[in-house]
Amino acid sequence: MLEENSGQSAPARELVCIICPRGCQLSVQENPDGSLAVHGNACPRGQTYAIKELTAPSRTLTTTVRIKSAALPVVPVKSQAEIPKAKLFEAMQQISHLVLTAPVKRGSVALTDLAGTGISLIVTRDMERV
Amino acid sequence: MKAVKQLRDCYDVLIIGGGPAGLAAARAAWNDGARQVLIIERDSVPGGILNQCIHNGFGLHYFHEELTGPEYAGRCLDELADTGVELLLNTMVLSLDELPQEPGREALGGLLPEPVQESLSPDLLTGRPPHRVFAASPELGSVCIKSRAVILAMGCRERSRGAIQIPGTRPAGVLTAGAAQRYVNLEGWQIGRRVVILGSGDIGLIMARRLTLEGARVLACVELMPYSSGLLRNLVQCLDDFGIPLLLSHTVTDIRGRRRLTGVTVSQVDENRQPVSGSEQDFDCDALLLSVGLLPENELTRAAHIPLDPRTRGAYVYENMETASAGVFACGNVAHVHDLVDYVSEESQRAGQAAAAYARGQGISGRAIPIQHGSGILYTVPQSIHIKAAGDGQADRDAAYNLFFRVTRPQQQVRIALYDGDRCLKRWTKPSVAPGEMERLKLPQTLLKDCGSGSLTLTLEHPAVKEATANA
Amino acid sequence: MFDCTIIGCGITGAAAAYLLSHYDLKLLVLEASNDVANGSTKANSAILHAGFDPEPGSLMARANVRGVEMAAEICRRLDVPRLNCGALVLAFSPDDLHTIRELYARGLANAVPGLRLLSAVEARQLEPYLADTVTGALLAPSSSIVDPWEYALAMTETAVKNGLVLALGRGVREIKLPDAAAGKDYFELTDSQGQRHQSRYVINAAGVHSDQVHAMIGGHNFRIHPVRGQYFLLDKNAGHTCRHTLFQCPTAAGKGVLVSPTVHGNLIIGPDAEAVADPDNTATTAEALEYVRRMALRSLNNIPFGENIRNFAGVRAQSDRPDFIVEASPQSPRFINLAGIKSPGLSAAPAIAEMALDLLAQAGLALKRRADYDDSRRRIRFRYLTPAQQSELIAADPRYGHVVCRCETITEGEIVAALHGPVPPRSLDAVKRHCNAGSGRCQGSFCGPRIHEIIARELGLPYDAVTQNEDGSYIVTEPTKGNSDKGVTV
Repeated sequence: MLEENSGQSAPARELVCIICPRGCQLSVQENPDGSLAVHGNACPRGQTYAIKELTAPSRTLTTTVRIKSAALPVVPVKSQAEIPKAKLFEAMQQISHLVLTAPVKRGSVALTDLAGTGISLIVTRDMERV
Repeated sequence: MKAVKQLRDCYDVLIIGGGPAGLAAARAAWNDGARQVLIIERDSVPGGILNQCIHNGFGLHYFHEELTGPEYAGRCLDELADTGVELLLNTMVLSLDELPQEPGREALGGLLPEPVQESLSPDLLTGRPPHRVFAASPELGSVCIKSRAVILAMGCRERSRGAIQIPGTRPAGVLTAGAAQRYVNLEGWQIGRRVVILGSGDIGLIMARRLTLEGARVLACVELMPYSSGLLRNLVQCLDDFGIPLLLSHTVTDIRGRRRLTGVTVSQVDENRQPVSGSEQDFDCDALLLSVGLLPENELTRAAHIPLDPRTRGAYVYENMETASAGVFACGNVAHVHDLVDYVSEESQRAGQAAAAYARGQGISGRAIPIQHGSGILYTVPQSIHIKAAGDGQADRDAAYNLFFRVTRPQQQVRIALYDGDRCLKRWTKPSVAPGEMERLKLPQTLLKDCGSGSLTLTLEHPAVKEATANA
Repeated sequence: MFDCTIIGCGITGAAAAYLLSHYDLKLLVLEASNDVANGSTKANSAILHAGFDPEPGSLMARANVRGVEMAAEICRRLDVPRLNCGALVLAFSPDDLHTIRELYARGLANAVPGLRLLSAVEARQLEPYLADTVTGALLAPSSSIVDPWEYALAMTETAVKNGLVLALGRGVREIKLPDAAAGKDYFELTDSQGQRHQSRYVINAAGVHSDQVHAMIGGHNFRIHPVRGQYFLLDKNAGHTCRHTLFQCPTAAGKGVLVSPTVHGNLIIGPDAEAVADPDNTATTAEALEYVRRMALRSLNNIPFGENIRNFAGVRAQSDRPDFIVEASPQSPRFINLAGIKSPGLSAAPAIAEMALDLLAQAGLALKRRADYDDSRRRIRFRYLTPAQQSELIAADPRYGHVVCRCETITEGEIVAALHGPVPPRSLDAVKRHCNAGSGRCQGSFCGPRIHEIIARELGLPYDAVTQNEDGSYIVTEPTKGNSDKGVTV
């Protein structure tokens, strides 16, 4: 946690940390030097989250991809890392054009560059060929 | 892990349900020396509901890594890869210990023959007759499988429209969030274009995001209570991220449409949860998702006459997750509904270990003491714990009881206190508690070894209340 | 050219179809819904009434007593679940005690067997959870419960097996009377899909729409005033709350609500009675459900409403006449109206059908018994078999080892058998009515998507063509990843 700062005029931004199920209530204030002070986080990840959320919010995308020759018509996938929040729908659009063919393995790459982010799309479930 | 070719005479540990609870219990039973372990799963794949929970947020506690549901299931299966645990898929357990008895049978009077039940002799290790599990499977037929210990890991099901009695018509397009999740995530079909979600539990929130990403418009998430029952992080990343309004203290009071849903009425509710007249707003929607709570799936348990706790709707269990029926254990969502699969896995490990010990003839010992619910406590699991006698070698100094509990309403700055009769054994403080979030305590065995009153009470205290108690 | 066309395949039409199919006749049933028994027949109390209620000497009294006698035999022969659980009419006041004595006398006049007046103590011996306010009761041991869907279905299936033509999804749009001058000795019926059917005789069993059907030939001598009734259906856990059907003594304020076990082991509670303008208005309302709940708690104080699994409403085809209407139309002696079949219509149905046959015969229809009639029906009910029988069945067809509906233990084999039966269900709700899959405590939230897939597979339907109930009640809208068809393959 950063040092407490007094004499602030800018109002604090309230956030809920979404890093883990604990859901810490965070309060973020801007220091005179432009850096951000985070309070209410139970672990260091909260601070990282708050700053990122206010400067460049990003999310892990989880969805499905069409698959051929499997027992089900779709297979679950996730972005290997968070992608910018603003790119979620662009990524979904890109994914909707994708068709995999079974067998696929958990962890295998379905797509290498999700919405121009350079982040891969990863299969999250084994699916055998039928 | 291996598929079952032929059933054994008698298993050490038989697990009903191959979801996260069953898989973790199996691994723990194997680790603890059980060598004849069978999982019976009704679906064609193990993993249970995790297979359709394609979102992330699982595994931080148990695997120390953020995983999606299918990945979590995959990891659980990886853990069993090098064991000899047997897995019987596509198999439905019909009954435990008693022959299956379907109500309604008598309505076909006289036409049906009565099945005959044989009696069993006691097992050498446990000193009791083995438990019997009646199951049906396409490969094996209708079979009776014997096992020294049985673990109930059947999970839970969703409350449906009937449970909350929403009036109106009964068109297509009204479905539980879980059914919608299956359609979208496993079958690859969208279930509507304009959607209202009733209930702000996690499944409802997750589906709000999921349907939005797949192109539907989620008009609102409606919650009866003045607070959400879902995790805060899900309110942020599933509703706020997409500008979906959350209507607290509201409910659906009418459903319209003869064939397919055409709209719902949403009304505000007062403090008694009764709709406020004049507050109605109409939504034109073609789908209504119900995320209005989960119920442990205990029909087998009830039919086997194992006592159920009306608060958890699961079996009464001891700290080793053993039910009132010796050698029958319950863990995961069938024992009580959890928020996090990680805790399901953890709890199920305890059940698996205890079942393996039971099968070797090492049942639990000590004096069983019930945990009473004081003010603000909805339930505890376990409902009773065994106190080890002082000087008993089992009373390990580092050992602790895991106690799960839920509170009756959200509160800030609470103290949780454990009493032995009038004597307070320990207090814990919490910045906030809410019914939607299961709380966990570790009770050191040493704390309880002198427990004398014969009953423990867990209670919530406001700081003010505590002082009053102190003055008294 | 058909000898006789039956309009409507609820319990009345099904009974008429079944009785007529015993004769050497060409028969057609036109049913507006995509399934049989999809109107009032699917949404009522499911009671085969003993017959103490109708006015002695009325058509209703005769049809009731005769109808339930026939029902016992039909259910036995066609493998329909029926349970003779008996009924109590509960009295709560001195006035009520007077009324149940009247009902007793009426029952004797109607030749109802075994009626007995009970003291409160005696009543409580039969039903230990009766409310303290119960002061006495009338016991009707012959009162029974039945599965109304299967009752209608079994009779229709048997008729179909014996050659009757069942046209589902075809209501009647227009009926032309026979025109002797033009040499047309037959009715000409146009169905909702525009197809024409010629028929020498017509039975109007169109339930809540029977006045509209009669009006198609210019008949206006009765009108239907639909009355809606709402219900609770409780989980099997609550099925043992009472063993008998518990009626409340009728008063000036109303007929009271009943609490009864069902043949499937559930508990049914209802109905109220509310006049509605729209005969298809089967919506439930908060007010009426609350009324039903409150009224039911007068009979039993321990009804676990928390075990409710479904609310529903049915519309009774009450007419502007006090009695059932079983008569030839003034417009034509060959057009038989079976109308205003309110309660106890389920009980009376086969007797009403028998009367209809008499009217047809009087109007000149030759009824020649068939020698080759196949009057048997057996349904496999996996859950009621012994383990040995189950194993034998699974060995012959492994689909019987695959339990799809876990609440009711219904197997894939049973669903597939229904889908290829004489009257195939075409929707999820129809599958539920035909073989109980999806009728349990989870109300299909678990097995629905699985049954959906089986229906599509077995009937060769596209996935999105499978409906919840009526045509148009689609379940899924479009595939996710809508663009995938023109997409790239990786």
